[in-house]
Amino acid sequence: MAELNSDGGGGGKKGGKVRSKKQSTRVDMTPMVDLMFLLITFFMLTTTLAKPQAMDLAMPDKDDKNKDEQLDVADTRTMTVLLGSKNKIEWFVGLADNPISAPTVEDYGKNGIRKAIIEKSKDIKASTGKDMIVIIKPSDKSNYKNLVDILDEMKITNIKQYAIVDINTPEIELLKRDGVY
Amino acid sequence: MPRVKVPRKSTAIDMTAMCDVASLLLTFFILTATARQPEALTVDTPTSTVKIKLPESNIATITVGQGKVFFGVQGQPIRERVLQKMSERYKVPFSAEDIKRFSLMDNFGVPINQLKQVIDMKGADRNKEGLQPGIPVDSVAGAASQLHEWIYQARVATKEINDESLRISIKGDAKEEYPTIKKIIDILQKQKVNKFSLVTSMEGAD
Repeated sequence: MAELNSDGGGGGKKGGKVRSKKQSTRVDMTPMVDLMFLLITFFMLTTTLAKPQAMDLAMPDKDDKNKDEQLDVADTRTMTVLLGSKNKIEWFVGLADNPISAPTVEDYGKNGIRKAIIEKSKDIKASTGKDMIVIIKPSDKSNYKNLVDILDEMKITNIKQYAIVDINTPEIELLKRDGVY
Repeated sequence: MPRVKVPRKSTAIDMTAMCDVASLLLTFFILTATARQPEALTVDTPTSTVKIKLPESNIATITVGQGKVFFGVQGQPIRERVLQKMSERYKVPFSAEDIKRFSLMDNFGVPINQLKQVIDMKGADRNKEGLQPGIPVDSVAGAASQLHEWIYQARVATKEINDESLRISIKGDAKEEYPTIKKIIDILQKQKVNKFSLVTSMEGAD
Protein backbone atom coordinates (compact mmCIF):
# COMPACT_ATOMS: atom_id res chain seq x y z
CA MET A 1 0.00 0.00 0.00
CA ALA A 2 2.47 2.55 1.17
CA GLU A 3 5.17 1.25 -1.06
CA LEU A 4 5.86 3.57 -3.86
CA ASN A 5 6.98 2.32 -7.17
CA SER A 6 10.34 3.87 -6.79
CA ASP A 7 11.98 2.40 -9.82
CA GLY A 8 9.11 3.29 -12.05
CA GLY A 9 9.89 6.35 -14.03
CA GLY A 10 13.57 6.71 -13.61
CA GLY A 11 14.50 3.21 -14.56
CA GLY A 12 16.60 2.65 -11.49
CA LYS A 13 19.84 0.89 -12.09
CA LYS A 14 20.11 -1.12 -8.96
CA GLY A 15 18.87 -4.59 -8.78
CA GLY A 16 17.19 -5.32 -12.00
CA LYS A 17 18.11 -5.57 -15.53
CA VAL A 18 14.58 -4.86 -16.42
CA ARG A 19 14.61 -1.48 -17.87
CA SER A 20 11.27 0.07 -18.11
CA LYS A 21 11.14 2.35 -21.06
CA LYS A 22 10.87 6.01 -20.29
CA GLN A 23 7.50 7.08 -21.50
CA SER A 24 6.60 10.56 -22.45
CA THR A 25 3.95 12.22 -20.31
CA ARG A 26 2.77 14.33 -23.19
CA VAL A 27 -0.61 13.65 -24.62
CA ASP A 28 -1.66 14.77 -28.02
CA MET A 29 -4.23 17.44 -27.27
CA THR A 30 -5.21 18.33 -30.81
CA PRO A 31 -8.49 16.35 -30.93
CA MET A 32 -9.43 17.66 -27.49
CA VAL A 33 -8.89 21.25 -28.54
CA ASP A 34 -10.84 20.63 -31.72
CA LEU A 35 -13.78 19.34 -29.78
CA MET A 36 -13.63 22.22 -27.33
CA PHE A 37 -13.75 24.85 -30.00
CA LEU A 38 -16.59 23.07 -31.67
CA LEU A 39 -18.58 23.18 -28.46
CA ILE A 40 -17.65 26.82 -27.83
CA THR A 41 -18.88 27.77 -31.27
CA PHE A 42 -22.10 25.88 -30.66
CA PHE A 43 -22.82 27.55 -27.34
CA MET A 44 -21.86 30.99 -28.58
CA LEU A 45 -24.19 30.78 -31.54
CA THR A 46 -27.11 29.30 -29.68
CA THR A 47 -27.02 31.80 -26.84
CA THR A 48 -27.05 34.86 -29.06
CA LEU A 49 -29.16 33.62 -31.92
CA ALA A 50 -31.91 31.86 -30.03
CA LYS A 51 -33.12 35.08 -28.49
CA PRO A 52 -36.21 36.22 -30.33
CA GLN A 53 -36.35 39.53 -32.11
CA ALA A 54 -38.88 42.14 -31.22
CA MET A 55 -40.53 44.32 -33.77
CA ASP A 56 -41.86 47.44 -32.13
CA LEU A 57 -45.27 48.52 -33.24
CA ALA A 58 -46.99 51.72 -32.27
CA MET A 59 -50.68 51.87 -32.96
CA PRO A 60 -52.56 55.13 -33.40
CA ASP A 61 -54.26 56.27 -30.24
CA LYS A 62 -57.79 55.02 -30.09
CA ASP A 63 -60.32 57.08 -28.24
CA ASP A 64 -63.66 55.47 -27.54
CA LYS A 65 -65.29 58.75 -26.54
CA ASN A 66 -64.96 60.67 -29.76
CA LYS A 67 -64.78 58.03 -32.42
CA ASP A 68 -65.49 60.35 -35.31
CA GLU A 69 -62.40 62.36 -34.72
CA GLN A 70 -60.34 61.08 -37.60
CA LEU A 71 -57.14 62.55 -38.79
CA ASP A 72 -57.54 63.64 -42.36
CA VAL A 73 -54.61 63.10 -44.66
CA ALA A 74 -54.22 64.21 -48.22
CA ASP A 75 -55.30 61.40 -50.54
CA THR A 76 -52.64 62.34 -53.04
CA ARG A 77 -49.92 61.10 -50.77
CA THR A 78 -51.49 58.05 -49.21
CA MET A 79 -50.97 54.55 -50.41
CA THR A 80 -53.48 52.04 -49.12
CA VAL A 81 -52.33 48.46 -48.84
CA LEU A 82 -55.02 45.82 -48.44
CA LEU A 83 -53.91 42.44 -47.17
CA GLY A 84 -56.01 39.78 -48.83
CA SER A 85 -56.09 36.01 -48.71
CA LYS A 86 -53.67 33.56 -50.37
CA ASN A 87 -50.71 35.78 -49.47
CA LYS A 88 -51.74 38.50 -51.91
CA ILE A 89 -51.73 42.23 -51.51
CA GLU A 90 -53.83 44.80 -53.26
CA TRP A 91 -52.70 48.39 -53.23
CA PHE A 92 -53.81 51.74 -54.62
CA VAL A 93 -53.04 55.40 -54.16
CA GLY A 94 -55.81 57.77 -53.21
CA LEU A 95 -59.36 56.87 -52.27
CA ALA A 96 -60.95 53.48 -52.78
CA ASP A 97 -63.80 54.73 -54.98
CA ASN A 98 -61.66 57.20 -56.87
CA PRO A 99 -58.09 55.91 -56.90
CA ILE A 100 -55.30 57.98 -58.40
CA SER A 101 -53.44 54.86 -59.32
CA ALA A 102 -55.59 51.84 -60.08
CA PRO A 103 -55.77 48.95 -57.59
CA THR A 104 -53.11 46.36 -58.33
CA VAL A 105 -52.78 42.85 -56.94
CA GLU A 106 -49.26 42.07 -55.90
CA ASP A 107 -47.21 39.42 -54.11
CA TYR A 108 -45.12 39.90 -51.02
CA GLY A 109 -41.38 40.15 -51.33
CA LYS A 110 -38.84 42.22 -53.07
CA ASN A 111 -40.21 41.91 -56.59
CA GLY A 112 -43.79 42.47 -55.56
CA ILE A 113 -44.92 45.05 -53.10
CA ARG A 114 -41.48 46.41 -52.30
CA LYS A 115 -40.96 47.61 -55.86
CA ALA A 116 -44.35 49.28 -55.86
CA ILE A 117 -43.71 51.00 -52.54
CA ILE A 118 -40.32 52.32 -53.61
CA GLU A 119 -41.63 53.56 -56.97
CA LYS A 120 -44.70 55.21 -55.53
CA SER A 121 -42.84 56.86 -52.69
CA LYS A 122 -40.43 58.36 -55.20
CA ASP A 123 -43.31 59.61 -57.37
CA ILE A 124 -45.12 61.13 -54.43
CA LYS A 125 -41.99 62.72 -53.08
CA ALA A 126 -41.36 64.28 -56.50
CA SER A 127 -44.90 65.54 -57.07
CA THR A 128 -45.91 66.73 -53.60
CA GLY A 129 -42.57 67.23 -51.91
CA LYS A 130 -43.73 65.25 -48.89
CA ASP A 131 -43.18 61.69 -47.74
CA MET A 132 -45.66 59.02 -48.58
CA ILE A 133 -48.07 57.72 -45.96
CA VAL A 134 -48.91 54.04 -46.06
CA ILE A 135 -52.18 52.79 -44.63
CA ILE A 136 -52.19 49.08 -43.94
CA LYS A 137 -55.59 47.44 -43.87
CA PRO A 138 -55.52 43.76 -43.05
CA SER A 139 -58.65 41.89 -44.07
CA ASP A 140 -60.12 39.06 -42.05
CA LYS A 141 -58.70 36.55 -44.48
CA SER A 142 -55.10 37.61 -44.01
CA ASN A 143 -52.89 35.98 -41.42
CA TYR A 144 -50.39 37.19 -38.88
CA LYS A 145 -47.42 36.47 -41.10
CA ASN A 146 -48.80 38.85 -43.74
CA LEU A 147 -49.00 41.61 -41.16
CA VAL A 148 -45.44 41.07 -39.99
CA ASP A 149 -44.23 40.87 -43.57
CA ILE A 150 -45.78 44.16 -44.56
CA LEU A 151 -44.47 45.86 -41.43
CA ASP A 152 -41.09 44.48 -42.31
CA GLU A 153 -41.38 45.99 -45.79
CA MET A 154 -42.03 49.34 -44.12
CA LYS A 155 -38.75 48.97 -42.25
CA ILE A 156 -36.88 47.90 -45.38
CA THR A 157 -38.24 50.62 -47.64
CA ASN A 158 -37.79 53.16 -44.86
CA ILE A 159 -41.35 54.43 -44.80
CA LYS A 160 -41.66 56.57 -41.71
CA GLN A 161 -45.39 57.15 -41.66
CA TYR A 162 -47.61 54.14 -41.65
CA ALA A 163 -50.63 52.99 -39.71
CA ILE A 164 -52.73 49.88 -39.31
CA VAL A 165 -56.36 50.73 -39.84
CA ASP A 166 -59.51 48.61 -39.94
CA ILE A 167 -60.74 47.65 -43.36
CA ASN A 168 -64.12 48.93 -44.57
CA THR A 169 -66.80 47.48 -46.83
CA PRO A 170 -65.89 49.13 -50.19
CA GLU A 171 -62.37 47.84 -49.79
CA ILE A 172 -63.55 44.32 -49.01
CA GLU A 173 -65.65 44.53 -52.17
CA LEU A 174 -62.54 45.54 -54.06
CA LEU A 175 -60.68 42.50 -52.74
CA LYS A 176 -63.62 40.26 -53.63
CA ARG A 177 -63.74 41.66 -57.14
CA ASP A 178 -60.11 40.78 -57.70
CA GLY A 179 -60.51 37.36 -56.16
CA VAL A 180 -58.22 37.76 -53.18
CA TYR A 181 -60.75 37.61 -50.37
CA MET B 1 33.65 27.56 -45.06
CA PRO B 2 31.70 25.49 -42.67
CA ARG B 3 28.06 25.33 -43.43
CA VAL B 4 25.73 26.92 -40.87
CA LYS B 5 23.57 24.22 -39.48
CA VAL B 6 20.00 25.17 -38.92
CA PRO B 7 18.70 23.17 -36.01
CA ARG B 8 15.69 21.20 -36.94
CA LYS B 9 12.69 22.13 -34.83
CA SER B 10 9.75 20.01 -33.93
CA THR B 11 6.44 20.97 -35.51
CA ALA B 12 4.43 19.90 -32.49
CA ILE B 13 3.21 22.83 -30.40
CA ASP B 14 2.36 22.71 -26.78
CA MET B 15 -1.39 22.80 -26.75
CA THR B 16 -1.93 22.81 -23.01
CA ALA B 17 -2.42 26.56 -22.83
CA MET B 18 -4.79 26.55 -25.74
CA CYS B 19 -6.75 23.75 -24.17
CA ASP B 20 -6.98 25.69 -20.92
CA VAL B 21 -8.40 28.74 -22.63
CA ALA B 22 -10.83 26.65 -24.64
CA SER B 23 -12.20 24.88 -21.60
CA LEU B 24 -12.50 28.13 -19.71
CA LEU B 25 -14.58 29.64 -22.50
CA LEU B 26 -16.62 26.50 -22.82
CA THR B 27 -17.46 26.53 -19.12
CA PHE B 28 -18.44 30.18 -19.38
CA PHE B 29 -20.79 29.64 -22.29
CA ILE B 30 -22.38 26.57 -20.79
CA LEU B 31 -23.08 28.38 -17.55
CA THR B 32 -24.43 31.54 -19.16
CA ALA B 33 -26.63 29.69 -21.64
CA THR B 34 -30.23 29.63 -20.58
CA ALA B 35 -31.98 26.38 -21.12
CA ARG B 36 -34.89 26.45 -23.47
CA GLN B 37 -38.09 26.59 -21.50
CA PRO B 38 -40.82 24.14 -22.37
CA GLU B 39 -43.78 25.86 -23.93
CA ALA B 40 -47.36 24.95 -23.41
CA LEU B 41 -48.26 26.30 -26.81
CA THR B 42 -45.69 25.96 -29.52
CA VAL B 43 -45.87 28.65 -32.14
CA ASP B 44 -43.94 29.17 -35.31
CA THR B 45 -43.16 32.87 -35.34
CA PRO B 46 -42.92 34.70 -38.65
CA THR B 47 -39.56 35.98 -39.78
CA SER B 48 -38.49 39.57 -40.12
CA THR B 49 -35.33 41.54 -40.68
CA VAL B 50 -35.43 43.53 -37.44
CA LYS B 51 -32.45 43.02 -35.20
CA ILE B 52 -33.70 44.35 -31.89
CA LYS B 53 -33.61 41.74 -29.17
CA LEU B 54 -36.41 41.18 -26.78
CA PRO B 55 -35.63 42.44 -23.25
CA GLU B 56 -35.31 39.90 -20.44
CA SER B 57 -37.23 41.56 -17.66
CA ASN B 58 -40.41 43.57 -17.21
CA ILE B 59 -41.99 41.86 -20.15
CA ALA B 60 -45.23 40.02 -20.64
CA THR B 61 -45.74 37.69 -23.55
CA ILE B 62 -49.07 36.94 -25.12
CA THR B 63 -48.75 33.78 -27.14
CA VAL B 64 -51.32 33.26 -29.86
CA GLY B 65 -51.70 30.09 -31.85
CA GLN B 66 -54.49 27.80 -33.07
CA GLY B 67 -57.01 30.36 -31.90
CA LYS B 68 -55.82 30.01 -28.30
CA VAL B 69 -54.28 32.72 -26.22
CA PHE B 70 -51.68 32.11 -23.53
CA PHE B 71 -50.24 34.66 -21.17
CA GLY B 72 -46.97 34.82 -19.28
CA VAL B 73 -45.02 37.45 -17.43
CA GLN B 74 -41.36 37.41 -16.45
CA GLY B 75 -40.19 37.51 -12.84
CA GLN B 76 -41.38 35.38 -9.93
CA PRO B 77 -42.36 38.19 -7.52
CA ILE B 78 -44.47 39.79 -10.23
CA ARG B 79 -46.21 36.52 -11.02
CA GLU B 80 -47.05 36.01 -7.35
CA ARG B 81 -48.47 39.50 -7.04
CA VAL B 82 -50.49 39.13 -10.23
CA LEU B 83 -52.11 35.93 -9.04
CA GLN B 84 -52.98 37.50 -5.68
CA LYS B 85 -54.63 40.39 -7.45
CA MET B 86 -56.50 38.16 -9.86
CA SER B 87 -57.65 35.99 -6.98
CA GLU B 88 -59.15 39.05 -5.31
CA ARG B 89 -60.65 40.30 -8.52
CA TYR B 90 -62.43 37.08 -9.48
CA LYS B 91 -63.00 35.75 -5.93
CA VAL B 92 -61.16 32.54 -6.70
CA PRO B 93 -59.10 31.48 -3.68
CA PHE B 94 -55.52 30.29 -4.06
CA SER B 95 -53.38 28.93 -1.25
CA ALA B 96 -49.86 30.17 -0.57
CA GLU B 97 -48.57 26.92 -2.02
CA ASP B 98 -50.55 27.50 -5.23
CA ILE B 99 -49.14 30.98 -5.58
CA LYS B 100 -45.63 29.65 -5.10
CA ARG B 101 -46.14 27.01 -7.74
CA PHE B 102 -47.75 29.49 -10.08
CA SER B 103 -44.72 31.77 -9.87
CA LEU B 104 -42.64 29.00 -11.43
CA MET B 105 -44.90 28.64 -14.44
CA ASP B 106 -43.73 30.40 -17.55
CA ASN B 107 -47.08 30.80 -19.16
CA PHE B 108 -50.54 29.37 -18.96
CA GLY B 109 -53.74 29.39 -20.94
CA VAL B 110 -56.78 28.51 -18.89
CA PRO B 111 -59.74 30.44 -17.57
CA ILE B 112 -59.15 31.49 -13.98
CA ASN B 113 -61.62 29.02 -12.48
CA GLN B 114 -59.62 26.12 -13.95
CA LEU B 115 -56.26 27.57 -13.09
CA LYS B 116 -56.00 25.70 -9.79
CA GLN B 117 -56.16 22.33 -11.51
CA VAL B 118 -53.37 23.30 -13.86
CA ILE B 119 -51.24 24.57 -10.98
CA ASP B 120 -51.69 21.25 -9.17
CA MET B 121 -50.41 19.28 -12.13
CA LYS B 122 -46.84 18.23 -12.63
CA GLY B 123 -44.74 20.40 -14.92
CA ALA B 124 -44.53 17.81 -17.67
CA ASP B 125 -48.29 17.19 -17.73
CA ARG B 126 -49.14 20.86 -17.99
CA ASN B 127 -47.59 21.27 -21.38
CA LYS B 128 -49.53 18.48 -23.03
CA GLU B 129 -51.03 19.64 -26.22
CA GLY B 130 -54.69 20.50 -26.13
CA LEU B 131 -54.89 20.44 -22.34
CA GLN B 132 -55.07 24.17 -21.80
CA PRO B 133 -57.93 25.74 -23.75
CA GLY B 134 -56.60 29.30 -23.74
CA ILE B 135 -57.56 32.41 -21.81
CA PRO B 136 -60.98 33.84 -22.69
CA VAL B 137 -60.53 36.98 -24.77
CA ASP B 138 -64.17 37.92 -25.20
CA SER B 139 -65.80 40.21 -22.74
CA VAL B 140 -68.70 38.59 -20.93
CA ALA B 141 -71.82 40.66 -20.19
CA GLY B 142 -70.08 43.99 -20.37
CA ALA B 143 -67.26 43.03 -17.99
CA ALA B 144 -63.73 43.14 -19.33
CA SER B 145 -62.32 39.87 -20.62
CA GLN B 146 -60.03 37.79 -18.47
CA LEU B 147 -57.07 38.48 -20.70
CA HIS B 148 -57.71 42.18 -20.25
CA GLU B 149 -57.59 41.74 -16.47
CA TRP B 150 -54.43 39.63 -16.56
CA ILE B 151 -52.63 42.23 -18.64
CA TYR B 152 -53.90 45.04 -16.49
CA GLN B 153 -52.92 43.37 -13.20
CA ALA B 154 -49.51 42.45 -14.61
CA ARG B 155 -48.92 46.08 -15.48
CA VAL B 156 -49.99 47.21 -12.02
CA ALA B 157 -47.81 44.57 -10.34
CA THR B 158 -44.75 45.50 -12.39
CA LYS B 159 -45.22 49.12 -11.53
CA GLU B 160 -45.56 48.29 -7.82
CA ILE B 161 -42.62 45.93 -7.57
CA ASN B 162 -40.09 47.20 -10.10
CA ASP B 163 -41.39 50.71 -10.59
CA GLU B 164 -41.11 50.30 -14.32
CA SER B 165 -43.69 50.00 -17.02
CA LEU B 166 -44.39 46.58 -18.41
CA ARG B 167 -43.58 45.91 -22.02
CA ILE B 168 -46.02 43.74 -23.84
CA SER B 169 -45.05 41.45 -26.65
CA ILE B 170 -47.27 39.42 -28.90
CA LYS B 171 -45.89 36.10 -30.05
CA GLY B 172 -48.17 34.92 -32.77
CA ASP B 173 -48.13 31.91 -35.01
CA ALA B 174 -47.41 32.77 -38.64
CA LYS B 175 -50.59 31.00 -39.75
CA GLU B 176 -52.83 32.69 -37.22
CA GLU B 177 -55.73 34.55 -38.78
CA TYR B 178 -55.74 38.29 -38.41
CA PRO B 179 -59.06 38.64 -36.49
CA THR B 180 -57.57 36.79 -33.49
CA ILE B 181 -54.59 39.13 -33.47
CA LYS B 182 -56.88 42.09 -33.86
CA LYS B 183 -58.86 41.08 -30.77
CA ILE B 184 -55.68 41.18 -28.72
CA ILE B 185 -54.57 44.49 -30.18
CA ASP B 186 -58.00 45.87 -29.32
CA ILE B 187 -57.70 44.62 -25.75
CA LEU B 188 -54.33 46.34 -25.45
CA GLN B 189 -55.61 49.54 -26.97
CA LYS B 190 -58.50 49.57 -24.57
CA GLN B 191 -56.02 50.00 -21.74
CA LYS B 192 -54.17 52.64 -23.72
CA VAL B 193 -51.26 50.37 -24.53
CA ASN B 194 -50.47 51.65 -27.97
CA LYS B 195 -46.91 50.49 -28.17
CA PHE B 196 -45.98 46.86 -28.04
CA SER B 197 -43.65 44.40 -29.70
CA LEU B 198 -44.23 41.60 -32.13
CA VAL B 199 -41.96 38.64 -31.60
CA THR B 200 -40.31 37.38 -34.75
CA SER B 201 -37.44 35.13 -35.64
CA MET B 202 -34.50 36.12 -37.74
CA GLU B 203 -34.36 36.44 -41.47
CA GLY B 204 -31.67 37.77 -43.74
CA ALA B 205 -32.50 40.90 -45.71
CA ASP B 206 -32.71 40.07 -49.39
